[in-house]
Amino acid sequence: MPELKCKDPVAVNLWYAIAPLEDVKDARVQRSVLLEQPIAYTRNDAGDVVVWAYEGRPGDAPGDRALPVKERFGYFWTTLGMPERDIFPIPEYEEEDRRNIHAASFGVNASAPRLVENFLDMGHFPFVHTDILGAEPHTEVKEYFVEVSEERDEILASNCKFWQPMAAASSSGGADVDYIYRVPHPFCSVLYKSSPLDDGRNDVIAIFIQPFNQEQVRVHMLLSLLDDNSDDTQIRLFQQTIFGQDKPILENQYPKRLPLDPRAETPIRADKSAIAYRRWLSGKGVAYGVIPPSA
Amino acid sequence: MSDLHRKWYPIASSSDLPKRHVYQAQLLGREFAVWRADDGYVNVWENRCLHRGVRLSIGINNGSDLKCQYHGWRYANRTAGCTYIPAHPADAPARTICNNTYPAQEAHGLVWAGEQASGDLPPLDGFEAATVLRPVPVLAPMEMVVEALLAYGWDDSCSGRANADGSVTVTAADGAEVRLFVQPMDSNRSAIRGVSNQPVKGADRIRLLKRHSWLMQELRSQIEACASSQEAPPPYQPVIARVSEDLVDIPAIGTEMRKAELRVQVAGKEMTAEGIVSLRLEPVKGSLPTFQPGAHIDVHLPNGLVRQYSITNGPGETDHYRIGVKREPNSKGGSAAIHDAVKAGDVLAISAPRNNFPLRRNAEHTIFVAGGIGVTPLISMARALNAQGLSFEFHYFVQSDDHVAFKPQIGEYEQALILHKALTPEATGARLTEILAEPGFARHVYICGPGPMLEAARAIAAEQGWSDETVHFEYFANTAEVDDSTAFEVDLARSAMTLKVPAGKTILEVLRENGIDMPSSCEQGACGTCRCGVIEGAVKHQDVYLSDAEKAEGKSIMTCVSRAVSDRLILDI
Ligand code: FES
Ligand SMILES: [Fe+2]
Repeated sequence: MPELKCKDPVAVNLWYAIAPLEDVKDARVQRSVLLEQPIAYTRNDAGDVVVWAYEGRPGDAPGDRALPVKERFGYFWTTLGMPERDIFPIPEYEEEDRRNIHAASFGVNASAPRLVENFLDMGHFPFVHTDILGAEPHTEVKEYFVEVSEERDEILASNCKFWQPMAAASSSGGADVDYIYRVPHPFCSVLYKSSPLDDGRNDVIAIFIQPFNQEQVRVHMLLSLLDDNSDDTQIRLFQQTIFGQDKPILENQYPKRLPLDPRAETPIRADKSAIAYRRWLSGKGVAYGVIPPSA
Repeated sequence: MSDLHRKWYPIASSSDLPKRHVYQAQLLGREFAVWRADDGYVNVWENRCLHRGVRLSIGINNGSDLKCQYHGWRYANRTAGCTYIPAHPADAPARTICNNTYPAQEAHGLVWAGEQASGDLPPLDGFEAATVLRPVPVLAPMEMVVEALLAYGWDDSCSGRANADGSVTVTAADGAEVRLFVQPMDSNRSAIRGVSNQPVKGADRIRLLKRHSWLMQELRSQIEACASSQEAPPPYQPVIARVSEDLVDIPAIGTEMRKAELRVQVAGKEMTAEGIVSLRLEPVKGSLPTFQPGAHIDVHLPNGLVRQYSITNGPGETDHYRIGVKREPNSKGGSAAIHDAVKAGDVLAISAPRNNFPLRRNAEHTIFVAGGIGVTPLISMARALNAQGLSFEFHYFVQSDDHVAFKPQIGEYEQALILHKALTPEATGARLTEILAEPGFARHVYICGPGPMLEAARAIAAEQGWSDETVHFEYFANTAEVDDSTAFEVDLARSAMTLKVPAGKTILEVLRENGIDMPSSCEQGACGTCRCGVIEGAVKHQDVYLSDAEKAEGKSIMTCVSRAVSDRLILDI
């Protein structure tokens, strides 16, 4: 078996979402890349998604390089290694009255950890998502809590509040919106946002990043919403607008890999969750898509 | 650093820097954000926001500062110091958050820079009225391009020669001459930047530019063909400087004492109003540190006194500080010394600016209330909001027209300026009641003026429902009698020390005697510089800096005047 280009055992032994199941309907062979390894996938005669690694030409069946497959949250996931743990849970996904939508898969020329930090970041709302997720002069990031759960091995940022110009379709003015962020996987994150329709319950937005290589990724976005007024297309367009605003920023961050040295960049209180994330990555020894602290 | 880094190179044409634009340049593998401020100054900075590394070349040039696209941090013209962090509007950014700047000059229609350039630019005699040629990028190492340029020419009479500075001069028989510089963008990428000594205009100019572009494109193809047959040198690896240690742990409270670390020259002294003199202070050498609206400096006077004065500058006015000094009739010699003894050309020692009166820029509407000389910090604040297009009104209480100071500066925001002249204390109170009639969401008030007026304004604001967090004020002096007759102990939690504070001494003095570095400025409980956290113990507050809510909370103390009610305090130092 040819050697993998990715030498980071942590990254190799993780599960990655590759494509929404609705995109693998027939026996057509489709190709993708994971951690610099070309992979191919299709739905076989038995109706199962199969995935395999290849060099040169993909062929039309797994052969001897079949990879493990799991179906979760409307995507199929695979791995190049042997993960010790299952894919993290998103219990809300199973709730009956929710609409689960694959919003989009976007290609970005940036490293996976830079994307995760961007996802955790509220401070950029008024500047990057002007008049949608924020608006000047309401720029304050209020104190919030961050904890790293040993047991679940994930980061949790809670009590996050940010002023949003059109907080709910029903209200004409702005108001604080509540957020909770989870980072249960080095390259995935889940966001809970107070639902304008149902007090006490949350809309869920998750990103699952598939690194092509250390500086290019594809990010799959899942929505699990309580809203049933807007149609899927509207919802997708909205997320694409938001993402289209982040993309040019992400592609202009230098260095592209996330520097884990605490003195590489200048954190402020608002970046508490990002600081925890960088420490957590260092602690795990993640080397893919980052600049390790000693370098 | 090699010799390469000590040289000057042209990195842009002057015409690449139109108003409010940011140009991206590259030299020896390092990217620069190049921008011209409205005052004409050309800034050459590392192309990277210190916060999260976003290229500043995609930022916004406001004419006075550069705003990063990602989180809106603002960096000042000239100093590249961060003046505002929108995520924390109530905090003043640490003075040490400063981007890397590189030496830059503008001459002969070109912008010159070098990572560590010093000394003079290459002499360009005979090119006083030069025409800047269009730059030509070449995928080849600098030396190869220079070599090839020796053979450049536009007619048979042309001959090229290499100059000591690394450039090439090509001369024709008729005296037409072209000087060609090569900008090493990276190890295998260069740009040819030339000037012609022909001061041509209009169609002739276009013809000249076209001709040279065409000829150079030809040369470029030859050079690139030759370069591609060789192995490309590895790209330069510019080192990204690490940020200073004290920025890693988030809060940055200055550790400087009452220091006079800067020398400035009085470049101008004039009366700006009845009894108020305006001083323009310029650096004796180098540049001045970044200030933020609301900041003050300590001025060390020739007679040994130290006084605090607010900076009145607008954003981007970074080549000087302007302060206003009122002659106080019962002055102990501070204001009199400035009015009578200091003259233009004198050198004074000052501290770096300190900001204990930070301006929030996240209000939907801001109300400024200034009384007399208290106008100075508010001028700087209003100019910042005005430049950002944020909504505010500026109330200025004065005795008469002759007492209106800094007319040109406040004239910048005429539309928001309301003068209140010759009012009795009762009439002032009534007017303040009108001004402060409407508290509300995201509305803030900033007050600075004489003690009685400030007291009145704060009381009226509280009465009408303004919460403590929305009323910001600065006293210029603490006129209350300070009681220092008690004795008590202080425990220093972080330094693990217990110190005795006897009657007649302040906590600040005792800390300093024991080698603890504690910054201070006014030393009378007005400016907020010597603030320190309290972990345990009841405080007898004797300052005028903290708000009533902060005093009641008991979490901070002004170590220069306040004391313990209990017999011990535990301080967070
Ligand atoms: S990256 Fe520039 S302000 Fe955050
Ligand atoms: Fe975003």
